[in-house]
Amino acid sequence: MAEQHYPMLSLRGLTRRFGGLTAVDAIDLDLARGELISIIGPNGAGKTTLFNLVTGLDRPDAGTVRFEGQDITGLSPERLAAEGIARTFQLGRVFGNLSVMDNVLIGAHTRLRAVKPAVPVIGPLLELGLALLRPSSVKAEEERLREEVKAILARFGERLLPRIDQPAYSLSYANRRRVEIARALALKPRLLLLDEPTAGMNPTETAEMQALVAELKAEGLTILLIEHKLEMVMRLSDRVIVMDEGKKIAEGPGEVVRTDPKVIEAYLGHGLSGAAEQESAA
Amino acid sequence: MSSWLDYTINGLIVGNVYALVAVGLALIFGVSRLINFAQGSIYLVGAYIGWVAVVQLHTPLPLTIIVVAAAAAVVGLVIERFGLRPLQNSVRIAPLLATIGISFVLDQLVMLTFSPNPRALPSQLPDVRFQLGGGTIGPLDLLIAGVGITSALLLFVFLRYSKLGWAVRAASQDRDAAMQMGVDVNRVNQAVFGIAAALGGVSGMLVGMYYNQIDTAMSLQATLKGVVAEVVGGAGNVPGAVIGSLLLGLVESYGVAVFGTSYRNLFAFLLLVVVLVLRPNGLFASARQAPPEPLTGTFIAPSRPVRIPRWALAVAAAIFAVLPFFPVSFYVLQTLINAWLLGMLALSLTLVAGTVGQVSLGHAALLAIGAYTSALLSLTLSVPVGLAVIGGGLMSAALGTLLISPSFRLRGHYVSIATLAIGEIVSLVILNWEGVTRGPIGISGIPPLSLFGYDLISPSSVYWFSFAVMVVLALLQGRLLTSHLGRSFRAIRDDDIAARAYGLSLNRYKSLAFIFGGFAAGVSGGIAAHLYSYINHETFNTQQSILALTVVILGGLGNVVGAILGSVALVGLPEVFRIAAEYRILIYGIVLLLLVRFRPQGLLGTI
Ligand SMILES: Nc1ncnc2c1ncn2[C@@H]1O[C@H](COP(=O)(O)OP(=O)(O)OP(=O)(O)O)[C@@H](O)[C@H]1O
Ligand SMILES: [Mg+2]
Repeated sequence: MAEQHYPMLSLRGLTRRFGGLTAVDAIDLDLARGELISIIGPNGAGKTTLFNLVTGLDRPDAGTVRFEGQDITGLSPERLAAEGIARTFQLGRVFGNLSVMDNVLIGAHTRLRAVKPAVPVIGPLLELGLALLRPSSVKAEEERLREEVKAILARFGERLLPRIDQPAYSLSYANRRRVEIARALALKPRLLLLDEPTAGMNPTETAEMQALVAELKAEGLTILLIEHKLEMVMRLSDRVIVMDEGKKIAEGPGEVVRTDPKVIEAYLGHGLSGAAEQESAA
Repeated sequence: MSSWLDYTINGLIVGNVYALVAVGLALIFGVSRLINFAQGSIYLVGAYIGWVAVVQLHTPLPLTIIVVAAAAAVVGLVIERFGLRPLQNSVRIAPLLATIGISFVLDQLVMLTFSPNPRALPSQLPDVRFQLGGGTIGPLDLLIAGVGITSALLLFVFLRYSKLGWAVRAASQDRDAAMQMGVDVNRVNQAVFGIAAALGGVSGMLVGMYYNQIDTAMSLQATLKGVVAEVVGGAGNVPGAVIGSLLLGLVESYGVAVFGTSYRNLFAFLLLVVVLVLRPNGLFASARQAPPEPLTGTFIAPSRPVRIPRWALAVAAAIFAVLPFFPVSFYVLQTLINAWLLGMLALSLTLVAGTVGQVSLGHAALLAIGAYTSALLSLTLSVPVGLAVIGGGLMSAALGTLLISPSFRLRGHYVSIATLAIGEIVSLVILNWEGVTRGPIGISGIPPLSLFGYDLISPSSVYWFSFAVMVVLALLQGRLLTSHLGRSFRAIRDDDIAARAYGLSLNRYKSLAFIFGGFAAGVSGGIAAHLYSYINHETFNTQQSILALTVVILGGLGNVVGAILGSVALVGLPEVFRIAAEYRILIYGIVLLLLVRFRPQGLLGTI
């Protein structure tokens, strides 16, 4: 198939300015199917902004985003979610008053079919009617998704399953991060973007998270990972991209990038921040 | 042609007055990201203090201005210290609700002290007019312009050259950074509330002199106008607020020139809606900017709802259902009928404000749409009343959703402003569209409730009917909340950005919530129209919107049982304690304030 020629995700000249600051500066990137690329860089390098551009939460000032060959630049986040792009957020954006179950079910929202008939104009009204009447097809779909959610939560061992009916705000910080990842998995993503999934986790929790990401990769999921913990980056990544002040300053296998003088300078130039800090803390 | 110059002068003068209010709003928004809904009340207080000074103490004009500014500033400081500072670390909805509550308490206190009747506020200036080009200008115009320009200069010098002014500017640019640099945020807040209140109070006094009349309705109008001007100029932008105010004054003045006085406010609110839709950050906003990533789920208070067993609810419903078989007085039934009607409105609002997080302040407009539709369908088209009421619900669902849809992309406080303005637009259209709504005369002779040809005249039949309708609506809403829509609504409320990232379209789900909620409110309005037999543009007013909001907070945001419990409590308790009507709104305002401060999750908890 022709599709096979395209990388999963391909960025060309992607740029985003905030006033005088160029947060993302002409970034090119190609991510092949099943590949895991890590993006590292000091604080304020523009990593999160790049994620926002890819997932439609922010629009670029210049450049294009292609997903499986299709130009998706500037499409709404809703559309991109439906295309199979899922992400987690750096600061952890769970739905605080929703239970763990409901949080993860929201992740499966784009996969609702029975209750969301694809009918133009009156589609929303049908959705309202079906939600109230709940014919057996709708009930069955909901039941199936609930079982799926339980299976996803089981991947986190006993961390989340016993708390399935608790509101997310009552969870520990690490568990909220896990809920976010579970929610992303419930979307059955084709492309998964993880923004510092282990931020604020202790070494045991970090190791668990690393094992999970390795598992997802082994299952063939295509992943873009922002991570400050270089240990984890080195173990997981097929390639590493280093950003500084919006620009891509290095790209390649972890070991090569790590010893690149430009990279070392970028981190030193910003004092003890970002990866350097995390490394020395670990 | 000369009159055009007059209209221009008038527009600029009125704009000057709006500027005094709007600048205060902009200062406050700048440092605390809060739209102070109590600003109009301070303006009202200023006007009445001016009246006391002029009429009772016979102070000379310069002293009057100083007295009003000082007294209003004290009110502002009290609001800041006791109303808002305790809420500094609470959820974002809390200060919004607090300023609404404070506004109602202040307005009611003024009304109780001075009676709601209008009073004359003499201007203490000679009554002469000077020729100016083709128009005329009086000493009062010059005074207003002078006060406006002087205040602007003083404010500029304060912000630019004083240490505290520097702190205010720093805090409004980046509050966290300012705090790290040792800026005392409490002092900054005090300063802006004091200044905003002084300006607002003087503005109220000047307007009173300008029209030679003051009354308690000025408050809401002033808040609305100030907010419109501020939003047009870009929230938090002080020079923008001045320009927005002058623009608003001119738009209104020319609008009045072309279409007549009753259209004045309509132009103001249309300007607001147009700006909110086209340039939500104001006419002078800088380039587009995504909001920085906030902490999650901070709009409403997290809580665990109280679980009431189904059998208990069933027993309670059964008791209320058989109540008319017992020898209860007509008065009790009447009170409960009011509670059920309010309950339907509260169900609607608790869905929209609680479940989806769109704090609507114009919900009474949905009642009005339902009431007028049902009344007109039954009167002019002879539709049976039962069907007409359903028609009212459907019209409210459709039209209400359509009208509110421009606000779907707004967040937090902006939604409240937009809904407040849309509510005002609805009542102004009802007032002015005489061909359909019969304008200020209102609609009389609305047929009584009837069902399948039987008139429901007796109190018990009306009681049963309204109770049954409310129970059905509540059951439907309960079912909605347990469906995928319930979790989608709540997800949008907790974090709209994360919700969008998972494929939830805000337009689609906010529309569905307003359609469902609009139906309940429209049915309530429809039933009310047939009960009252007479309605006009003032039957469904902002006070009812605020009452419903208080009910919703009392019961717990999004909580269906809570909405009904809250309605019974707020309608019933004042009757039980025989509280005089004029004190009730004061009490509702105080209840709202106490709840926000001490039990933000309400009686039964947020769902
Ligand atoms: N909405 C915004 N408005 C203005 N500036 C922004 C906005 N979002 C990000 N920035 C700026 O863009 C730059 C890049 O920020 P970004 O959050 O993408 O960095 P990052 O690489 O993710 O850093 P970190 O490692 O701290 O998460 C920063 O200087 C930041 O201040
Ligand atoms: Mg980041």
